[in-house]
Amino acid sequence: MKLRTIASAALAALLGAGAALAEEEKQVNLFFWPSYIPDELLERFTKETGIAITMDIYDTNEALLAKLQAGAAGYDVVIPSGYIVPTMIQAGLLQKFDAPSLPNGGNIAPGFADPEFDPGRQYTAPYMWGTTGLVYDSAGTDVELPESWSVFFEPGPLSGKVAALDDEVEVFNAAAYYLGIDKCTEDPREGQQILDLLSAQKPHLLLYGSSGTIDRVLAGEVTMHHIWNGAAHRVRKARDTARYIYPKEGITQWADNLAIPTGAEHPENAKIFIDFLMKPENVAEITNFTGYMNAISGSEPYLTPEIAADPAVNMPAEYADRLRPGRECSPAARDLRNRIWTRLKK
Amino acid sequence: MSTAASVAGRRRAGLAAPAILCIAFFMGGPMCIMVFVSLVERAPDGGVIWGNFTTDAYKQFLFEENLLGETTLNADYLRIYLRSALLAGFTVLATLIVGFPTAMYIAMQHPRRRALLIFFLSLPFWVNLLVRNYAWLLLLRANGLLDQAAMALRLTSEPLNILYSNTAIAIGLTYSFLPLMVLPIYAAMEKFDFSLVEAAFDLGASRWQALMHVIVPGVKGGIVAGCLLVFIPGLGSYVTPVLLGGSKSLMIGNLIETQFAAARNWPFGAALAFVLLMMVMAAALLRAALLRKSRRAKSSNP
Amino acid sequence: MYVYLYIPLLILIVFSFNGGRMATIWEGFSLRWYAEVMQSDQFRAATVNSLVVASCAAFLATTLATLAALGFRGRPIRGQGMMVPFLSFPLVIPEIVTAVATLIFFISIGVPLGMVGLIAAHTVFCIPFAFITIKARMDVMDDTLEQAANDLYADPRRTFFSVTLPLLWPAILAGFILAFIVSLDDFVISLFLAGPSSTTLPIYMFGMMRLGVTPAVNAVSTILLVMSVLFVLIAAWINRMQRK
Repeated sequence: MKLRTIASAALAALLGAGAALAEEEKQVNLFFWPSYIPDELLERFTKETGIAITMDIYDTNEALLAKLQAGAAGYDVVIPSGYIVPTMIQAGLLQKFDAPSLPNGGNIAPGFADPEFDPGRQYTAPYMWGTTGLVYDSAGTDVELPESWSVFFEPGPLSGKVAALDDEVEVFNAAAYYLGIDKCTEDPREGQQILDLLSAQKPHLLLYGSSGTIDRVLAGEVTMHHIWNGAAHRVRKARDTARYIYPKEGITQWADNLAIPTGAEHPENAKIFIDFLMKPENVAEITNFTGYMNAISGSEPYLTPEIAADPAVNMPAEYADRLRPGRECSPAARDLRNRIWTRLKK
Repeated sequence: MSTAASVAGRRRAGLAAPAILCIAFFMGGPMCIMVFVSLVERAPDGGVIWGNFTTDAYKQFLFEENLLGETTLNADYLRIYLRSALLAGFTVLATLIVGFPTAMYIAMQHPRRRALLIFFLSLPFWVNLLVRNYAWLLLLRANGLLDQAAMALRLTSEPLNILYSNTAIAIGLTYSFLPLMVLPIYAAMEKFDFSLVEAAFDLGASRWQALMHVIVPGVKGGIVAGCLLVFIPGLGSYVTPVLLGGSKSLMIGNLIETQFAAARNWPFGAALAFVLLMMVMAAALLRAALLRKSRRAKSSNP
Repeated sequence: MYVYLYIPLLILIVFSFNGGRMATIWEGFSLRWYAEVMQSDQFRAATVNSLVVASCAAFLATTLATLAALGFRGRPIRGQGMMVPFLSFPLVIPEIVTAVATLIFFISIGVPLGMVGLIAAHTVFCIPFAFITIKARMDVMDDTLEQAANDLYADPRRTFFSVTLPLLWPAILAGFILAFIVSLDDFVISLFLAGPSSTTLPIYMFGMMRLGVTPAVNAVSTILLVMSVLFVLIAAWINRMQRK
């Protein structure tokens, strides 16, 4: 089986999806986050392989999970975040394709080759990874702020000029890091502590919002924004006084992955597509477009200088021990979290 | 004769059948399944366990377990429902205040002009709801266009800070649903005989009296229909609270959505939807009762 | 009143021609966002999907609604008092409830998510809009012409096609247009029920807005607006031709 996979993939790479795959129509259906891959790259893929692409979008991992659970067959490539991968594997929603065995599979960076959520990369290949931290405009603060969540939860002079992501998990996790509590806690007492912190912070927030984050900082609506680092990079590109913070209490590291659902109609084309995205020069193009780092060795020479030089994207090594990988919590922990979120916004 | 009539009646019922069946299947089916889902046990990772019946979802709506394992009343969800209802009620009031005079103005125009005015009134309604909200976002944001205009006119020197508040939600909802209020009132007024108003004036009625005792009763059906048409989508609004309200307080629509997303609690989401449905049904029943009362009043006092 | 209605739209349109990246800061006239949007395969695919769903749903809904309205003509049939309000049932259910319930329903009866399910769901919530429009016209329609046709021994079919249908045509068209626009506008139900290759324009736009509000969003909105207005104008024009 494995041999055949290798052979067919290699052949496909050589012939550009040739005779071995004749039985599959030349199409691949992507189900992606919005604006997560440049159109030019998709066009180049079609030109090189003759495989046409259709693109549909979703906006949360849970939406993806629900859609696949609902039996939405026909998607060939999806990009679940790491924390939800075990749930999806367990539910039988993903198929094995053994990413390292693909022609470009050897390019996976060592730190990403054997993740906890998918040992040995049997079901997934790495896509982008990033962090969820804080961005602020130092022109609006006059001073450089300390690298701590304290500036976010107790904003002091920035009160009313701060925005949080409208994301239950991200907001809860940030509070948990700051208080030194396990983000998957099931203890109602710890939950109460987190709620107290968030309730005290709420009057100082202008809003909770996950869309239009970049624009909001650039327009001066807020001085500080709880933000994904790729968006922070785009802010920094437009405003050189903007700074990205890796809080010392801990920062969520998330990793998105390419995967093939069980109901895929074109699994062979999906492999060709995934392999295409593990080529250093191709994946570098995505990093340049999204502002998120990839997990492919050898992509560095193809990055634009501004990406390579931005600590928000190309994380300085000294911050590595602050990273906290995203994790799937138990149903009891999720319930507690949702109750706190609801009570916060009651 | 009676058999011929019943054959014709059956044939005509046959004409209506496809539409009825279509709605019964694609609306009735989902509603039944939804009630069913709200009564079964949840699966830990989303979805449900079909065979296991429980009323946990409805208990969760009202009660929670405290730290000691005791069951106490939990008012969080009720508050969210109440807030949504108040906001929808306010939207009804605002659209009524703006929409009623508009409908009256249009109804009193020349018929050709009427058609044009109605066309221009409903035009913005055909613009995507997301877009309409987004346009208000551009207008209301701090240092946005409204602020710039107000400052240029020296009305204020500070940003107004309207965006991301319940006020902003109310403005957005009022804007979105205005045509739903104006159109039914206008439809009723078009049939209304305005010579009755003149008669009232001749009898010495003041403008206010003429309005309250002649016009309003005459177009009551339109007003009630308009209120209902605005109240229902207002209650279930989902996009406006997120975009214009800054998501600081949950509305019913957002609450239901999180149960299917982050919380992965389908039975609770279905139960929340069912409670919302009951609220809407109550509003519809209230309307029916009002109409029946006015009809009875009319027939007893011709 | 009309100023209040139109200012937001006007601003939206003006800023779609903004040369800069920001949706609120004017940086000179440019068509670059239109060019960018038009070149996007995703935008074109979403437009096609939206048009297909809206046309199919509007056609089916109008057909069903017309039949139903014809059935309710003249002397009330048994159960009509219940059936007429029942046809507006989808109108009184909040969209989020419909979306959630239909999703669960489709899963449990095995309807795959995608265009077919989307069209079915859209048809259902479009029926009331078409029905109310057509029924309103029928209620005020004079039946003397039909009586005359009958008296002249036209068979029922002929009466229907040469008398009833032409009289009813403007209302059917209006119902179709209304249904079409309602379908084109729908977001929540579509988001829940969309499957592979069935992303519609509002979903596509929602995705664009998540990333940030660039004038490209304004450009898409303006295109949508122009499309809606165009359809209404065509309808009005056909209507006038009919009358002549």
